[in-house]
Amino acid sequence: MTRVTITVNGRERSAEVEGRTLLVELLREGLGLTGTHVGCDTSQCGACDVHVDGLLVKSCAMFAVECDGAEVTTIEGMANADGTLGRVQQAFQNHHGLQCGFCTPGMVMAAAALLKDNPQPSEAEVRYYLDGNICRCTGYHNIVKAVMAASGQDVPACAAG
Amino acid sequence: MYAFDIKRPRSVEEAVAALADGEAQALGGGQTLIPTLRQRLADPGTLVSLSGIAELKYVRMEGDVLRIGGGTTHAQVAREAAAHYPALASLAGRIGDPAVRNRGTIGGSLANNDPSACYPAGALGSNATVVTGAREIAADDFFQGLFETALDEGEIVTEVRFPVPEAARYEKFIQPASRFALVAVFVARFAGGVRVAVTGASESGVFRWAEAEAALAADFTPEVVRGLTVQAEGMIGDLHGSAEYRAHLVGVITRRAVEGALA
Repeated sequence: MTRVTITVNGRERSAEVEGRTLLVELLREGLGLTGTHVGCDTSQCGACDVHVDGLLVKSCAMFAVECDGAEVTTIEGMANADGTLGRVQQAFQNHHGLQCGFCTPGMVMAAAALLKDNPQPSEAEVRYYLDGNICRCTGYHNIVKAVMAASGQDVPACAAG
Repeated sequence: MYAFDIKRPRSVEEAVAALADGEAQALGGGQTLIPTLRQRLADPGTLVSLSGIAELKYVRMEGDVLRIGGGTTHAQVAREAAAHYPALASLAGRIGDPAVRNRGTIGGSLANNDPSACYPAGALGSNATVVTGAREIAADDFFQGLFETALDEGEIVTEVRFPVPEAARYEKFIQPASRFALVAVFVARFAGGVRVAVTGASESGVFRWAEAEAALAADFTPEVVRGLTVQAEGMIGDLHGSAEYRAHLVGVITRRAVEGALA
């Protein structure tokens, strides 16, 4: 066992992990942060997306020990300090960018990563960036609208739906 | 996953020492190896994670050669190689998806030599040199078939050197579920000739299409590829496409790559 210390959503957390413990297992089972989902188990669906040192990663495809000393942001860290929904989360609610909601934590984390690098993406750029986030309910149109809205752009102008 | 120890060396020297143990395996970005471990298809006693080695992460031009550290992620190459070698940056920026590109590395991709991976085509098509701690290996000698390379046990890709061609393009026909190449072609025109490297198609992994190279060296236009054919024998046939379909795509995608290189 190895002791790993990470800063999760601004708070320092420490846990004993095995070499094979995945970051997502540390988050969900070790730290009780179950907002990060495991969807496909094959590193394709993006439901487990989190930010590690500001970069979007699949937490099912990274070992916990590789995050020692890192800053990790999960969906639990996306709300405002007063507990209200953050900008991206609120846009998903406003535009109904979800149905069952299982993929939503990963979608929100991916969208936030995109908007950090590219604050005013085109619709095509949004769709390209979300390539690694699979949703089996929505058909993506409302997700794309939500991301466009979160960027402050005109949603009705967006071709989707 | 089977249980294993994991080591996090901070230098190439420490990594090489850790890999001297025969049970140890190098872990690059883990975007292939971690899913493989999760399916219990690998059982290393020790994993040596290379992701903490800062000296393996760089993109820089030296003379007319682009040098990329073995631990450099696809995202970093996409960003930092764009001004020097746009075709290679474009290849790196289309591997997997954004989260994969933030972890996966050039050294890991080349060492794995997946028959449908992008980087083997970029390296072979560019006549790159793969550098390890011990030696330099020409791309023509590096790729030795399905998941096979010239690397010895414990040998790490520390750098990849790309001569920058006059014109190049990586054209990829994507398999939408996996985002790997169903067939993809890297075409590069140098002063001394043309190289055409094909990935995703052959059961033996990445290969050079010599007939197209000769034709394109004489006349670098999409039209000269039109009359050429690739044998279906030895091509991958699976539920995503038959061997005949892939053989046909090699020609189509090569033409598109030449068009792109000329654009």
